[in-house]
Amino acid sequence: MTQTAPRVMQDEEDVLDVRNLGISFRTPAGEIPAVRDVSFRIRRGETLALVGESGSGKSVTSLGILRLTPKPPFCSITGQVLLRGRDGTVRDLASLPEDEMRDVRGRDAAMVFQEPMTSLNPVHRVGDQIAESIRFHEGLSRRAALDKAAGLLDLVGIPDPRRRLGAYPHELSGGMRQRVMIAMALACEPRLLIADEPTTALDVTIQAQILDLLRRLQERTRMAVIFITHNLGVVAEIADRVMVMYSGRVVEQAAVRPLFRSPLMPYTRGLLRSVPRLDFAGLGREPLAAIPGTVPDPLEPPPGCSFGPRCGGFLPGTCDAAVPPLEEARPGHQVRCVRWSALTGEAA
Amino acid sequence: MSSYVIRRLLQGAGLLLLVSMIGFAILHLAPGGPLSQFAAGGDMTQEDLDRVAAQLGLDRPLPIQYLDWLWRMLQGDWGLSYRDQQPVLSVIGSHLGATLELMLTSTLLAMMIGAWVGILGAIRRYSLFDGFATIGAMIALSIPTFWFGLVVIYVFSVGLGWLPSGNRYTIGDESLANRVHHLIGPCMVLALVSTAVWSRYMRSSMLDVIHQDYIRTARSKGIPERRILIHHAVRNALLPMITITGLHLPTLLSGALVTETVFTWPGMGRLFLDSINYRDYPVVMGILMFTAVLVLLGSLLADLLYNVADPRLGANAT
Amino acid sequence: MSASSSVAPPAAAARPARRRGGALRRFLRHRLAVFGAGVILFLTLACALGPYLLPFTDTHIDIMQRFAPPFSGAHVLGTDALGRDMLARLLMAGRISLLVGFSAMAISMVIGIAVGIVSGYYGGVVGTVLMRFVDAMLCFPSIFLLLAISALINASVSSIILLIAITSWMEVARIVEAQIRALRARDFAVAAEALGASDRRVMFRELLPNAIAPIVVAATLNVAHAILAESYISFLGYGIQPPTPSWGNMLDSAQSYLTSAPWLAILPGLAITLAVTSFNFIGDGLRDALDPRMDGR
Repeated sequence: MTQTAPRVMQDEEDVLDVRNLGISFRTPAGEIPAVRDVSFRIRRGETLALVGESGSGKSVTSLGILRLTPKPPFCSITGQVLLRGRDGTVRDLASLPEDEMRDVRGRDAAMVFQEPMTSLNPVHRVGDQIAESIRFHEGLSRRAALDKAAGLLDLVGIPDPRRRLGAYPHELSGGMRQRVMIAMALACEPRLLIADEPTTALDVTIQAQILDLLRRLQERTRMAVIFITHNLGVVAEIADRVMVMYSGRVVEQAAVRPLFRSPLMPYTRGLLRSVPRLDFAGLGREPLAAIPGTVPDPLEPPPGCSFGPRCGGFLPGTCDAAVPPLEEARPGHQVRCVRWSALTGEAA
Repeated sequence: MSSYVIRRLLQGAGLLLLVSMIGFAILHLAPGGPLSQFAAGGDMTQEDLDRVAAQLGLDRPLPIQYLDWLWRMLQGDWGLSYRDQQPVLSVIGSHLGATLELMLTSTLLAMMIGAWVGILGAIRRYSLFDGFATIGAMIALSIPTFWFGLVVIYVFSVGLGWLPSGNRYTIGDESLANRVHHLIGPCMVLALVSTAVWSRYMRSSMLDVIHQDYIRTARSKGIPERRILIHHAVRNALLPMITITGLHLPTLLSGALVTETVFTWPGMGRLFLDSINYRDYPVVMGILMFTAVLVLLGSLLADLLYNVADPRLGANAT
Repeated sequence: MSASSSVAPPAAAARPARRRGGALRRFLRHRLAVFGAGVILFLTLACALGPYLLPFTDTHIDIMQRFAPPFSGAHVLGTDALGRDMLARLLMAGRISLLVGFSAMAISMVIGIAVGIVSGYYGGVVGTVLMRFVDAMLCFPSIFLLLAISALINASVSSIILLIAITSWMEVARIVEAQIRALRARDFAVAAEALGASDRRVMFRELLPNAIAPIVVAATLNVAHAILAESYISFLGYGIQPPTPSWGNMLDSAQSYLTSAPWLAILPGLAITLAVTSFNFIGDGLRDALDPRMDGR
């Protein structure tokens, strides 16, 4: 049954408050916990970047917020996902009945996916695909919805929007399709936009344009944005705050400047070393240092800190004793590492 | 017309040529070749036969004969029936309606039931329903059509007395109700295999589609599940079914022949069998060629339809 | 199969053996396929040995016992219009039908594999012409083709087998052609060619064994198809000719007795359905077992 925990959000400006989110999948091999004990808040106009390697649980987290993960019993969601809707009411998405959840999706919170090539339905015109959610959420006629869709296409920078309404997805370039996806997500002016690696499939110049577009739209609508990526260069450009995930857990969370200037978690430092910096691309020719090893098997996690086996600062007896807690190292900067002060040479 | 359509039509023409060669080869396979009918009579001497052969141009080299035969076929001169001296094409034409009526109605029935079973099986994959549908389809594909026809007659005509056991209508009563009443049994029998085929392919097509990214996108828009299913999933899953229906045409024609035989349905299949019994080779060969051309046109039509239905391939493609 | 022994090989054991063991295990897990294999084994044994154990031969005419219903007397499954024992006839007919099924499959596989391998290996004009010929053959609905030819020849068991074989090799040719074409592009064929192996050696030693899984599946389904094809043309009177019984021609005359002696129609039809369903189940199980990627679709 639904929990009776208070659905209270302290701050009027908060759009999303995720508390102890857990997501696990049931497979023939056993129960796989994909996301464990994830908590974060996001305010109006703020951009939170979710960073991690593939398999870290960042995409599952984003799908889980809108409950786009497989249905029970194949997947179970625990914890609370409090969302303040357009009308100001707060609802717990984790326990919302499916039909009410449908009202939330596309209206209060919308999503942009990674693959613009496959995320649009190939047999329907893009105008109709954008108009679809307008018609259902705002009860507009097809014609009125299409008018609004044309405005949206104009908004996301597609030239000659009236004509493009009648285009099929295959007639558009990758960048154009991603603009269509964004127009579709923005159709009902959501409070929250979840963008799951929206630029990964695009080439670099288009990437920059899409990021620019997202930033402009956010300034205009003051929507909150969760931006999932494994590209730290992109994070530096767009995010206000960063949440780093590793094997289903949050391992570090901070505002973007402190995180880049002084990352505390060894994993974050490894990530920063392994990614070419966009702003210095081609200048510094230092070789990229990849993190050795791979993400642990979620069915057989290592004891203690799950990053331990790949960590340069691993201390037997300490790191593999218990899962480290998420510790408030400094105000607004949390880290899940028992040795962060020893490893960074800073006082706790 | 797009270049694809032109290319496809040219391919079809090339295939038609090969089909005609095979048909011609079978025609000449008969003992005594096209003359077997005269030879079988027994009252003709070898001299008589030679004379007829010369008259029919059968003493010429085979390639010449083939070209001559092909030219006449293309002009619509498919020869005369031995039985009643009618032109073969008009004999076929007078039986075509009954066959098409049977094939179309049973295909519609099969589409409705098969698509529904396939969609449900895909949505509730591995459920009890899915399991029974899978086994049921496999058995349906294994039952000999003629035997199923006999069972249907035994149960519904002999046992329950609900359905007539054959013919297209009662003599003297050609009302629609009477025709429909007569159609139910054969339509059901012919639809059995098609339904199984539809349900199997529809299921796997749906399974492909519901895991596509655009279904997730549709879900993220918060539109009703029913609309996602029909407007987004089924609409896409039906595309490959166009091709399947085209590919299924030869099997359907074979099934129609057997069904028509069991239910004394006055269609092309029955005509074919009767003509074989009468050694009416021009009609036999005519129907053989006619069905092959029908299949060829059917697959061509399916391809062109697919082309229209899938905007990625259509004429509006850039 | 030896790989089915209960001792699990160590992880580093030779991979082919492990893979075959895996395939057998997957096949055994496919309950319907195991059921099908059991039925076929039973039918084959019954048809081979059964006639020696019965008190009646299939040709024994007992006019006093005409139309005896099943389970009513000495004749377990009843008798037909001439008072012949149905069970004996079903078993003898089964011999013919299964013989036709297996032999036609074997011949059609030989033709199909030969055409497929040649056109897949050489490609080009030869391959194109052969495959277009396959397309053209497939334009003829099989029953029409079978009947048209069978009307022109003298029907005997061997000619019916040949007839079914030459009208059912095309799908196999397509499968083999596609497999060979795909495999040929891969490294090991290129390597074998570079080592100077002859065409025939590359085809039969290197390429064919790697295409074996879909071929085995196609062969199984082809038996089912051949049994059905035989029953169709025999039912229509142009297949196996009486007095030689086959499941199909036993049904030929049954329609006239549908009211008085329905078992004449029911029993042979059940036999056909049972055999064909079993082969189809086996084919399905083999497909899953030999190609795990198919994932039960």
